[in-house]
Amino acid sequence: MSFVQDLQKVLRENVREYGMYIALFVIMAIFAVLTNGLFLSSRNISNLINQTGYIAVLAVGMTLVIVIRHIDLSVGFLAGFLGAVAAIALVQWKLPVPAVIAMVLAMGTLAGSITAFLVTYFGIPAFVATLAGWLIYRGLLQLATAATGTIIIPNESFNAIGNGYIPDLPFLGFLPGHGLTLLLGIVGIVLLVLSQIKGRRTKLAYGFEVLPREIFVLKLILLSAIIGVVCWVLAGYNGLSWTAVIVLLVVGIYHFVTTRTVLGRHIYAVGGNPEAAELSGISVRKITYVVFASMGFLSALSGILFTSRLQSATTTAGTLFELDAIAAAYVGGVSAAGGVGSVIGSLIGALVMSSLSNGMNLMQIDISWQYIIRGFVLAAAVIFDATTRRRGR
Amino acid sequence: MDTPILEMRNITKTFPGVKALDNVSFRVAKGEIHCLVGENGAGKSTLMKVLSGVWPYGTYEGEILFEGEVQRFRGIADSERVGIAIIYQELALVPEMTVYENIFLGHEVRRGATVDWNETVKRARDILRKVRLDVNPATKVKDLGVGKQQLVEIAKALSKNVKLLILDEPTAALNETESENLLNLLRELNRQGVTCIMISHKLKEVISIADTVTVLRDGRTVCTLDARKGEVSEPVLIKHMVGREIENIYPRRQRKPSDQVVFEVRNWSAYSPTLGRQILRDVSFHVKRGEIVGFAGLMGSGRTELALSLFGNAPRYQVKGEIRMDGQPKQFHQPADAVAAGLAYVTEDRKAKGLILIQDVKSNITLANLREIARRGVVNDNAEVKVANEYRVSLNIKTPSVEQKVRNLSGGNQQKVSLAKWLFVKPRVLILDEPTRGIDVGAKFEIYTLMNRLVEQGMSIVMISSELPEVLGMSDRVYVVAAGRIAGELPIEAATQEKIMELATG
Ligand SMILES: Nc1ncnc2c1ncn2[C@@H]1O[C@H](COP(=O)(O)OP(=O)(O)OP(=O)(O)O)[C@@H](O)[C@H]1O
Ligand SMILES: [Mg+2]
Repeated sequence: MSFVQDLQKVLRENVREYGMYIALFVIMAIFAVLTNGLFLSSRNISNLINQTGYIAVLAVGMTLVIVIRHIDLSVGFLAGFLGAVAAIALVQWKLPVPAVIAMVLAMGTLAGSITAFLVTYFGIPAFVATLAGWLIYRGLLQLATAATGTIIIPNESFNAIGNGYIPDLPFLGFLPGHGLTLLLGIVGIVLLVLSQIKGRRTKLAYGFEVLPREIFVLKLILLSAIIGVVCWVLAGYNGLSWTAVIVLLVVGIYHFVTTRTVLGRHIYAVGGNPEAAELSGISVRKITYVVFASMGFLSALSGILFTSRLQSATTTAGTLFELDAIAAAYVGGVSAAGGVGSVIGSLIGALVMSSLSNGMNLMQIDISWQYIIRGFVLAAAVIFDATTRRRGR
Repeated sequence: MDTPILEMRNITKTFPGVKALDNVSFRVAKGEIHCLVGENGAGKSTLMKVLSGVWPYGTYEGEILFEGEVQRFRGIADSERVGIAIIYQELALVPEMTVYENIFLGHEVRRGATVDWNETVKRARDILRKVRLDVNPATKVKDLGVGKQQLVEIAKALSKNVKLLILDEPTAALNETESENLLNLLRELNRQGVTCIMISHKLKEVISIADTVTVLRDGRTVCTLDARKGEVSEPVLIKHMVGREIENIYPRRQRKPSDQVVFEVRNWSAYSPTLGRQILRDVSFHVKRGEIVGFAGLMGSGRTELALSLFGNAPRYQVKGEIRMDGQPKQFHQPADAVAAGLAYVTEDRKAKGLILIQDVKSNITLANLREIARRGVVNDNAEVKVANEYRVSLNIKTPSVEQKVRNLSGGNQQKVSLAKWLFVKPRVLILDEPTRGIDVGAKFEIYTLMNRLVEQGMSIVMISSELPEVLGMSDRVYVVAAGRIAGELPIEAATQEKIMELATG
């Protein structure tokens, strides 16, 4: 049976890459059994995705920060503070939603640039610079909400970002459930299959090693099945949520930038060896600015998603987000040594961590135990990563 | 002399896609100095790593006998225990620690549960005297030059009661005097009963020191020659290593450089705030189109600092002076500016400053000029592979594919990748800092030929080199640098080893 042998070989050589997917799958399967299928219900999956959204976007930004050998502790309260700013702008200043979103995103980008300035100009370690930011944004968040306490947002279109779903198209009524979601799923599958086949063709043309044919087909079937099943499940409830759309867009754009563009290459080069990168004519300072500014931008986005989801700004919004994001990135395979990590990995990492919370909540496990179990999973993921990395040397 | 101290039998070691060692057998007699030579990627370092337990038992096939007994090393600690010490191609000292801490790192002198520092320092002094290194043991290693660091490495090995000392290209980063000292030290240790294995690409020193030479090629033993029977000479070694004969290692150029000055530096001074001293004073020189200008000098004379400070590494140095390209004054605030103006700098320290070891060959080659293979900021992967493969072929980089991680390449092949990166930038002035350090004779010849081709196409080359024969063989003109100044300029007709050394030590 050469197929089985091929499969074993591929799995062995790519344990690190596939490990995360397998972990996510196993965790989901366990919860599905333990909750008698409740975990996999349309409603819960939809919920899970919305819960993951605001951490996932942070994890994406954090991945790049860690890739260039820095860290950002300020993102949680920055998100919380900017969420409060958005609430005030909507409720008290009565600004229109697009203006509020643009303003808050710009503020986030600016905040990230300030961190970059501290790191590059004064050479302060990012850990310390962003710890200062953590304190400052926390104080600002409390100031902003001091007068009113929790700020309730009565604006429906703003709240739809965190709670709403994409509309269905009337002419797709013949499809079961949410038609547009299914249609998007099918389009997604077709695009994926086509691009994978094209990629394999070019690799073959260059005489590179590719997956054996049967394994490749198996991979395509699995990937298509995942997209298909997720869309099917979501279509059974309200369809794709706006949060999911935003996260997919962010991940898609960042994945493209990191893997395909000059900028992405430069980021990984700086992470792999800053000195060599600098001497190759890459401005380490510029890359640091770009990465922290993007982190600030995504913090603002995370703040918007979270505030909109709660339909209000609270005095403690954003607490511990930074640690969730860092954990997600590490579960997703980034390395503190720099230069290693992928955006998709961090998305999966975020899904793993929030599946754990979500599943254990469904099972009504005590919160203390939830922390302990999540701690073990984090450690296990990083141990797995470190050992497979060493073996693959 | 009958029972060998070491015998490695039928060693085979494979990495994904590479058979680094193919049934290699290797015998070292007790009390001899045995040199191991071969092209870049022939498997020399790998063979020594198998021997010292870096690649533990079970990751290779074959058998190792040390002093007649079969050994199965599970790690370096095991091989050290029986008396094997290895000094790697890249030094393994802790820069921030003192000399004595480094010497006893990992086997500290204890008294009870604590380290006995007085005894440590005393023993360190004794050992340093043995290796004839005259420094205070409390000096930090980072404050020593490479030559002295190398001696500290040897001291470290001696502190472990070594019977078999392995040195992987110990003189690659040393100048002639330092190399000579090191070789003398080896001879002396050898007389005291230490058997030595030395890997080197400098055939002259191999000939001067070796009792026996083993030649590896493509992971196989080609032959073992006995120097005491007069079997070893440079042409013979080259023939066995490369598989063909090389007539003149420094190929001649047809064309003379033009008179047009491309790159000019006037009254260049640099101060290093970190070191707290002036490192360059009033340096002026020029380079013409199609010219190779050699920069000779002792280790630490400031040649690398000159290149780095010119190359826009401004945050490191406070610089004063003038740079002109084609007569136009230029200021480089960062390396990117220098690159944009047509300057390229191939560093001497490829691992720390030249390459991104965790990335693959192709990404390293295209790194400094990604825009050339990108459209609207999106990299064309296929074009990248094509470019990388062109350089792989033209520089003869030994790697299973351009997707191999640079970390897994042999030292010499890493150097070629670093060179390829800058050739792809297509600079007008190429600064090469020790371009052939750690490179085998065949590849040296290829690189020299390439340099000739480049200058004939109109490029200008600044070659910093500590190998005088190379400077004399390749340059059109020579500057000698001493203590941060230009000590003299010599047209190639007037340059000799003696004159250069005289100026350099001035
Ligand atoms: N860790 C590794 N993974 C994969 N391939 C490796 C690894 N180490 C060495 N190789 C390969 O094994 C071969 C032999 O390498 P080795 O370092 O022994 O060469 P060498 O003779 O020491 O060359 P040099 O003179 O350039 O130092 C090379 O083709 C190299 O690419
Ligand atoms: Mg080597």
